[in-house]
Amino acid sequence: MSVAAPPQLSHLRALESEAIHVMREVAAEFERPVLLFSGGKDSIVLLRLAEKAFRPAPFPFPLMHVDTGHNFPEVIEFRDRRVAELGERLIVASVQESIDSGRVVEETGPRASRNRLQTVTLLDAIAEHGFDAAFGGARRDEERARAKERVFSFRNDFGQWEPKSQRPELWNLYNGRINKGESVRVFPLSNWTELDVWEYIDEEQLEVPSIYFAHEREVFVRDGMLYAWRIGTELVDGEQVFTETVRYRTVGDMSCTGGVRSQAATLREVVVEIAATRITERGETRADDRASEAAMEDRKKDGYF
Amino acid sequence: MTLDLLRFTTAGSVDDGKSTLIGRLLYDTKQVFEDQLEHVAQASVRRGGEGALDLALLTDGLRAEREQGITIDVAYRYFATSRRRFIIADCPGHQQYTRNMVTGASTADLAVVLIDARRGVLEQSKRHAFISALLGIPQLLVAINKMDLVEHSQARFDELVEVFEGFAEKLTGVSDISYIPISALNGDNVVERSEHMPWYEGPTVLELLEQVEVAYDHPYDKPTRFPVQWVIRPATASGAGAASAPDAGDYRAYAGQLASGALRRGDEVAVLPGGRRTKIAAIDTYDGELEEAIAPMSVALRLEDDLDVSRGELICRPQEAPTVARELQADVCWMTEKPLRPRGRYLLKHTSRMATAVIDEIRDLLEVRTLERVEPPAELGLNDIGHVRLRTAVPLVFDDYTSNRRTGSFILIDESSNETVGAGMIN
Repeated sequence: MSVAAPPQLSHLRALESEAIHVMREVAAEFERPVLLFSGGKDSIVLLRLAEKAFRPAPFPFPLMHVDTGHNFPEVIEFRDRRVAELGERLIVASVQESIDSGRVVEETGPRASRNRLQTVTLLDAIAEHGFDAAFGGARRDEERARAKERVFSFRNDFGQWEPKSQRPELWNLYNGRINKGESVRVFPLSNWTELDVWEYIDEEQLEVPSIYFAHEREVFVRDGMLYAWRIGTELVDGEQVFTETVRYRTVGDMSCTGGVRSQAATLREVVVEIAATRITERGETRADDRASEAAMEDRKKDGYF
Repeated sequence: MTLDLLRFTTAGSVDDGKSTLIGRLLYDTKQVFEDQLEHVAQASVRRGGEGALDLALLTDGLRAEREQGITIDVAYRYFATSRRRFIIADCPGHQQYTRNMVTGASTADLAVVLIDARRGVLEQSKRHAFISALLGIPQLLVAINKMDLVEHSQARFDELVEVFEGFAEKLTGVSDISYIPISALNGDNVVERSEHMPWYEGPTVLELLEQVEVAYDHPYDKPTRFPVQWVIRPATASGAGAASAPDAGDYRAYAGQLASGALRRGDEVAVLPGGRRTKIAAIDTYDGELEEAIAPMSVALRLEDDLDVSRGELICRPQEAPTVARELQADVCWMTEKPLRPRGRYLLKHTSRMATAVIDEIRDLLEVRTLERVEPPAELGLNDIGHVRLRTAVPLVFDDYTSNRRTGSFILIDESSNETVGAGMIN
């Protein structure tokens, strides 16, 4: 190792330090943690934080991806490459398998999405592997229900979040005590904003999937959002496919994640664009949150991420 | 070295304008996004507003809160200016007030206390100031709100400042109180200077928030405290990546976050509670070795001697050692329906150590209404704060809460329900 000068403790480094502390607490207090890695920007940051917390040793937990089968191919390719670089183990929990085995029923029609189905696949995988803690990349600035969620978010033995009976969370003392069958979702990035995440990715020069940068894509407009067209997409009356230069602010299921018109081709340009944006990332790009005033709250109560 | 991150807390109810103040801070610093604004505009109309944006709606969170028009739980909000990032712990004023205020205050560097200029210094404002002081927040920003409803009167402002000053004499640990006359509704002296109060020459709320110092600005002023969280030992690690760990050999480092102070390579240190001495051989991070680490950095320490240190032990300088004991006294804020009673048994989490604890004695009750300590009750009920003596099964390594919030605080956990039931400040 080379000798480096002590870094200035910028707000990013303070947030980093806090997140590393959270990850080490989980490793020490839980028997079978897992880190949820989607290939999206937030979980990319989680992986770097795990390296900072545990290297030169291997991670004391595997990684897991809940694969809807409708993910962007660029993201899946990136996911596998990143996992291989790290030399860590990846578990893929497949929504397709949940459908094939009859655990869930696929939605039909042009607006069908596998977003909600993910919850069943996620909870099944947590039960199957006996995971008692799952790291997620959720942030409190994303959404109003998340603004109220703890860093250690307790889930009952149905995997559900009960917003009214959350444990108080004081200082940096986290209560990780659970009974068998219960689990905790842990959000080390709770206090980060979208801009923090991009500035951190830029400072750390982390690789992200290419869909985060401006690229040409065949898209169509629905409910004011730009969706990627792919083979099999059912168009509704009047919808037309055209080519547009877009990038993605969030990485989710292709069926419910919209792109934004953008020319940002580098990390710096993305940071500048995010700093100037006037629309939240979920408001701009996620149909799953537009379903109702409390769409996220309701899904979280069901056991969603 | 100045940390460009400030955590502050607010408390209050809809009536005193807390949500409006936060909404105003977010709105005037252009942190409100178009889709959020659209949402607030729709909700304002639905609730019978007459076209004016109700900025308080920006802070709505859960469905039940929107339905009942109240805040139930602490919410965390984020905004930034070119000078600083801010994290607001936004605490409800009514339901579970003590529990929520204590939670919000535990991580804050500053508290914004709201006073309604018409109604004067009410119990709730006092309570919030008192809990902020108890939780070791050194700085209070007293925002005297609704100045528009008292004709922007300097006399009224001065009168309220005097009343609050009289009360604040009883608060210990608060080093700095600032008073700002504002109208959150109209935005006077929140972000923008007020044209209606030329007699006020001090900073606006935002200016003050941008300028105040935070605890970590002076890491060298505090003794070094490094609780060991986790031992990094590639050779014995299991997991998929184990085989790929480079030169695992006999690498062993003690990972943790500096709770306070600083450490340099070569420093002589003691490992408590045992008291063994050694030197810092290296300060490791993923980005390379450091000559020095300061709070609140997360690092990994290698020691010169082959000591078997484990999670829960604390590394410090030998000449500034904290207290090592199995008995301690603390103010405990009780957070659950089932009362705390003498002889009660709990799990106690302090730094990175978990210990069984037994309550020996409730010594007194802090009457939050009068700020007086009264005769010990038989038990502490929900939202009570009392002074308690307890014993632990293993020794704890601690400081007084007033000198160190990280090493002077603990939580109590109910062994059967696993709930967090108490928050303790050692004194």
